[in-house]
Amino acid sequence: MSRIPCAIVGPGNIGTDLMYKLLRSDVLEPAAMVGIDPESEGLARARAAGVAATHDGVDWLIERAGDFGIVFEATSAWVHHLNAPRYEASGLRTVDLTPAKLGPNVVPTVNLEAHLDAPNVNMITCGGQATAPIVAAVHEVTGEVPYAEIVSTVASKSAGPGTRQNIDEFTKTTSQALEEVGGAGIGKAIMVLNPAEPPIMMRNTVFCALLGGFDETLIAKSIVEMVDRVAEYVPGYRLKSDPVFDEGPFNTPGGVAAGRVVALLEVEGAADFLPSYAGNLDIMTAAALRVGEAMAGRMA
Amino acid sequence: MTVFRLTDSTLRDGSHALAHQFTEGQVRAVVRGLDAAGVPVIEVSHGDGLGGSSFNYGFSHTNEKTLVQAALEEAETAKIAVLMLPGIGIKDDLVEVAGMGVEVARIATHCTEADIAAQHVALARDLGMEAVGFLMMAHMISPEDLLEQAKLMESYGADAVYCVDSAGAMTITDARRRVATLKAGLDPATQVGLHAHNNLSLAVANSMAALEEGVDQIDGCTTGLGAGAGNCPTEILVAAFEKSGVDTGVDPLGVMSVAEEVVRPLHPTQGVIDRDGLLLGYVGIYGSFLLHAKRAAERFGVPTTDILLELGERRVVGGQEDMIIDVAVELQRRAAEAAASQT
Repeated sequence: MSRIPCAIVGPGNIGTDLMYKLLRSDVLEPAAMVGIDPESEGLARARAAGVAATHDGVDWLIERAGDFGIVFEATSAWVHHLNAPRYEASGLRTVDLTPAKLGPNVVPTVNLEAHLDAPNVNMITCGGQATAPIVAAVHEVTGEVPYAEIVSTVASKSAGPGTRQNIDEFTKTTSQALEEVGGAGIGKAIMVLNPAEPPIMMRNTVFCALLGGFDETLIAKSIVEMVDRVAEYVPGYRLKSDPVFDEGPFNTPGGVAAGRVVALLEVEGAADFLPSYAGNLDIMTAAALRVGEAMAGRMA
Repeated sequence: MTVFRLTDSTLRDGSHALAHQFTEGQVRAVVRGLDAAGVPVIEVSHGDGLGGSSFNYGFSHTNEKTLVQAALEEAETAKIAVLMLPGIGIKDDLVEVAGMGVEVARIATHCTEADIAAQHVALARDLGMEAVGFLMMAHMISPEDLLEQAKLMESYGADAVYCVDSAGAMTITDARRRVATLKAGLDPATQVGLHAHNNLSLAVANSMAALEEGVDQIDGCTTGLGAGAGNCPTEILVAAFEKSGVDTGVDPLGVMSVAEEVVRPLHPTQGVIDRDGLLLGYVGIYGSFLLHAKRAAERFGVPTTDILLELGERRVVGGQEDMIIDVAVELQRRAAEAAASQT
């Protein structure tokens, strides 16, 4: 079977990391890297890797849209708002790695199958990819998570200018995904940047409010199984310890909770582009790759 | 004529010491007293700023917007300020409090991460509020590096930039140099502030040294009520300045009364610098970790001191309260392994 040709728009950290993953895919082929700056290091890296690179922007892509099956948007939310209608008009399926949230939120281990025919799917945020599955795992066995909260901490060096200038987009988009994908009644996301040298690995902590009579063994087992499933495509994704259970009551925005479970997670990156501390990059691009491959399965 | 502007943060930083359990009645009483004593700016928010009510930092007893509204109603001359940390609070919070009548928005980041505050500082200005850039844990970088970050805050439109000693780790020389470097390097129209903590028993001394370097704004909390070993005690700062011939614009006896009669009963042992409080300043750890670390120590059966030292080793920054659980679990596991290997 021939590989489906894909375009990556945005030759920054995310786009470049994704390109290296696509180069190894049996299903997808990175056929073009699209940027706007002739001096871009990302475009030079693409050329060096044997991938066609252009600085003529999305116009270039739209002119030859028929040559591509899937476009991965790795620019920023406002740019994607401009580009998305053009992709759709040209028949390009879109995997959006910005927090633009034009299409449905997708986390591969939770709802991959539900949106494979959508013209545009959104990969939420790195924090969302790392934490929404855990909320979903708790929800699956408790039936109700009235409130879920996550703290995502990344090394300062691994947060690009897009993230830094739009940190509200991260917190709002991730909060929403905890509700829509994770199943929480109310979601809250917190992001922290840590400048320590050497850079810290991405850390995520998930707190889920629990109603009375919760079964610790069942919840812990569900979390551990979910971590294993995410680790199938993000090998560096792991629990730092067994889930921690605390008795409340906790006066959460979702109501008074009898207890809570805390999952402490670490994401070590595959170091395809940035070093292994940048697990935040890895979890986004690995999830996007998985979604793109599943889409390709439908298209073939 | 007053030469600096005092901001009292009892109802924001002090919230840490009370595990964010301030009631509306307490807020009204504190604001009434401080306003009558002539304190020009009073900060009210969850200890971790707008949106801070959470599992990670502690849920508020009373919604902070209710507390802000109460403060606005009580204050006759004082301006009401809020704190917000990008990554925890969002711009919508600023829009809401500006609409309520809040006049000062203090936007806080770790001292190396000013650029995440660009939109929030600009928005605060657009909303007609005074915008203050609040650079936390400023002991961790050199005065020159702090100036670079302060210039970023200035470029986003900050009216003032603070050197924030969140860990109470600065010696008098440390505070003096940072304030002097900011005063010399920023536009003369940009004000410079100091927010001191008392872990090394230097908060008042550092604030007085800062004034000698030309600082424009100084923070205090009545009785020192605040994170870690506590803040610069407002009533002591005012008394010490007045004795030195510095006009604070605040009535020393009035602010002493608020401290003693309204705030002291809420936390009678405030002001005691115990070993853990001192350790925070000595090692340089974010002050608001203290109560969380004490709770984790009890929950997991490991010493608070060990938790704090390990947090220092890991160079965690403000906001990473979740790492306290992580460290406590790790220490508990190590202790269990050590015990097992001995049998």
